[in-house]
Amino acid sequence: MQERMSIIVFSGTVDKLMAASILATGGAAMGMEVELFLTTWGLEAFRKDAYKTNMKVSKDFEEYAPVMMEQMMAKKVPSWMENIKGAMEVGDVKIYACSMTMELFDMKLSDLEPIVTDVTGVATFVERAKDGRVTLFI
Amino acid sequence: MPETKEFTIDKEIDARGSFCPGPLMELIRGMKALPVGGVLAVLSSDPGSAKDIPTWVQKAKHDFLGAFPEQGYTRFVARKAH
Repeated sequence: MQERMSIIVFSGTVDKLMAASILATGGAAMGMEVELFLTTWGLEAFRKDAYKTNMKVSKDFEEYAPVMMEQMMAKKVPSWMENIKGAMEVGDVKIYACSMTMELFDMKLSDLEPIVTDVTGVATFVERAKDGRVTLFI
Repeated sequence: MPETKEFTIDKEIDARGSFCPGPLMELIRGMKALPVGGVLAVLSSDPGSAKDIPTWVQKAKHDFLGAFPEQGYTRFVARKAH
């Protein structure tokens, strides 16, 4: 059976989305089946085109935000969205939107980036994650 | 080591200035595009590549032909095995 990496993407700040995207890329590159479960602010970050204007950084390191963004631009670091698209290109990556958050924020699948595979509930995610080798909450 | 290059590079990708996992991703894409038996070189200035690239090549069951340090970067060479 293919090894699975399950990532719960709860955060919607660029620093954490970057970490999630790089880990997903690593999993995909190493031949793992990668599943992202987007919930709360993590799902908000996947609203269509939202990543283009999202400049938020974790509150506890807020003062680093301008420097971090500047460095990322200057060094042409690919965005977290580009990383996820790259991961999907080289491997098996599926992205699920949390149904509860969808209802909470009045979202439809069509409001989200087209790379989001489907809408699922937490039970489905847990059922699939329990067979996983790596499970992360970011 | 660098003196005994017993292979001919068919394609070279310059991924210098690209960050982890950029050079590895370039290598994976390059390998996909290459015919079996082809030799691919990736230039990387990312220190993560030194372990990441050989690890991936081994995992993907291709042949790692070496890491050849240059000034400020390394040339990673692998042959597509299947």
